[in-house]
Amino acid sequence: MIDSALIGWSRAQFALTAAYHWIFVPLTLGLAVIMAVMETIYFVRKDEFWKKTAQFWMKLFGINFAVGIATGLILEFEFGTNWSNYSWFVGDIFGAPLAIEGILAFFMEATFVAVMFFGWNKVSRGFHLASTWLTGIGAAISAFWILVANGWMQHPVGMEFNPDTVRNEMVDFWAVALNPVAIVKFFHSVLSGWMTGAIFTIGVACWYLLRGRETKFALASIKVASIVGIVGTLAVMFTGDKSGVHIAEYQPMKLAAAEGLEDGGERAPFSIVPGIEVPGMLSILATHDIDGYVPGINDILDGYTDSEGVRHLSAEEKIYKGKTALKAFRVYRKIKDSAPNAAAEVKKVFDENKEYFGYGYIQDREDLVPPVPLIYWSFRVMVGLGSFLLLLMCVVLFFSWKGRVKDMKWLQWVALLSIPLVYLAGQAGWIVAEVGRQPWAIQDLLPVSAAISNLSVGAVKTTFFIFVAVFTAFLAIELSIMFKAIKKGPEVEENR
Amino acid sequence: MNRIRTIFNFYIEGFRNMTWGRPLWIVIFLKLFILFFVLRLFFFKPVLSGKTESEKSDFVGGSLVERIDE
Repeated sequence: MIDSALIGWSRAQFALTAAYHWIFVPLTLGLAVIMAVMETIYFVRKDEFWKKTAQFWMKLFGINFAVGIATGLILEFEFGTNWSNYSWFVGDIFGAPLAIEGILAFFMEATFVAVMFFGWNKVSRGFHLASTWLTGIGAAISAFWILVANGWMQHPVGMEFNPDTVRNEMVDFWAVALNPVAIVKFFHSVLSGWMTGAIFTIGVACWYLLRGRETKFALASIKVASIVGIVGTLAVMFTGDKSGVHIAEYQPMKLAAAEGLEDGGERAPFSIVPGIEVPGMLSILATHDIDGYVPGINDILDGYTDSEGVRHLSAEEKIYKGKTALKAFRVYRKIKDSAPNAAAEVKKVFDENKEYFGYGYIQDREDLVPPVPLIYWSFRVMVGLGSFLLLLMCVVLFFSWKGRVKDMKWLQWVALLSIPLVYLAGQAGWIVAEVGRQPWAIQDLLPVSAAISNLSVGAVKTTFFIFVAVFTAFLAIELSIMFKAIKKGPEVEENR
Repeated sequence: MNRIRTIFNFYIEGFRNMTWGRPLWIVIFLKLFILFFVLRLFFFKPVLSGKTESEKSDFVGGSLVERIDE
């Protein structure tokens, strides 16, 4: 019997690791673009000021990169130890993207990061610039393969489950690599990194303005970061819209939970906060049609017919089919060698019901509903903060062009205090994505209760608290080195 | 061979001339040590390691079947 405490602690441990990992990743992705744009300006104008400006942000990029390095590896340790059933079940679907990511990350980053940091006086300006861009592109490519793996968990495609090996075997690499959920998730996540890098840069630059130092450097940095951030945020909004349509189609329970929508229908309203709704807006966001049908939590549990006339099974029907698939799986594994003909018949039953495999582990229909308040509010935190930060960057850019930012203390304070908010928005987004798909480790195929390894709760608890201590220590080290570097400031000549 | 030496020297000189980057390398090595020699060695033992492909299938298949009625 799997202890529910074991599931809770294993999930908490994985969530903790992923959340810490996502502190470092978005800043790497965002600063990479900002410093590359700055170096490009240096390349075009041959102005040493821009070289020194780029070098300062590169230094902060280096600190974040170094402290964040290999945090993601811990997730892979956890797959093998805490999620061994899952790791085997996903088969080469996970192995291929993660292997490509590992090789690419190692070679691109080891090569181009080194040229970027060590090569200023050793390689040509053009080669150095290319290395800086390739460092950022390498980080984005790494993120792509990770998100291909994550996208597959949200919307499994391109595979065939083999009951003999108990693995999902890849039958179409391109279906996995170009999974629309993964593509949208890639752009949404990477561009949110641009937003993080931009808010971080603007906030740090505003700190210099508040201290009355490095004014020229700060104003130049604000302009570049605001433009990168606004472009990134607008693209995040566009991909967020696409993501909403995908969630409505592939994970309707996640959407219903994010909206706290008990009973759906056509012209479904969008909840701004409890009690304030925009009529028809959810239908527009989810289906791009004001008359589009959006199922609520009860509709999904009871079964419903969508706008296309497609009937979606109730929870009980899915659980029944899931249990049928699991029973067939059990019998097939028992008789496949001793009675191959009978096994072939059983396999037919399995194949007819395997789409609902994971539902066989669901004991109660309510287990199919993720924690609604957490997802509902996380979604609002993500969207609310994202909108506020977009407005902030537009205001900062506007007054920057007007030449007034350096005198606007209140705006400088708001920008500085907004640095934690961009991280909060990113974490909230991942809570919506990952908690929103509970109870599934792999959507519809494997719930967390079946994906987990049968370890002792004490062991998982111990590693959880070790991680809290280790990660917090490394975060404190990063912040300490980062603050020292910021305090020291760039080596630009302000009066040029 | 010369090219390999040039690349090698590029890295060595880069590391030698580092100023602010040195504490970072200490952090990186400390982190990798904790990851691979503490956490990996003492706390994270892959459940399926040491098993053949067929044993892994049987183990996970058995585990998935065991949990059907839970």
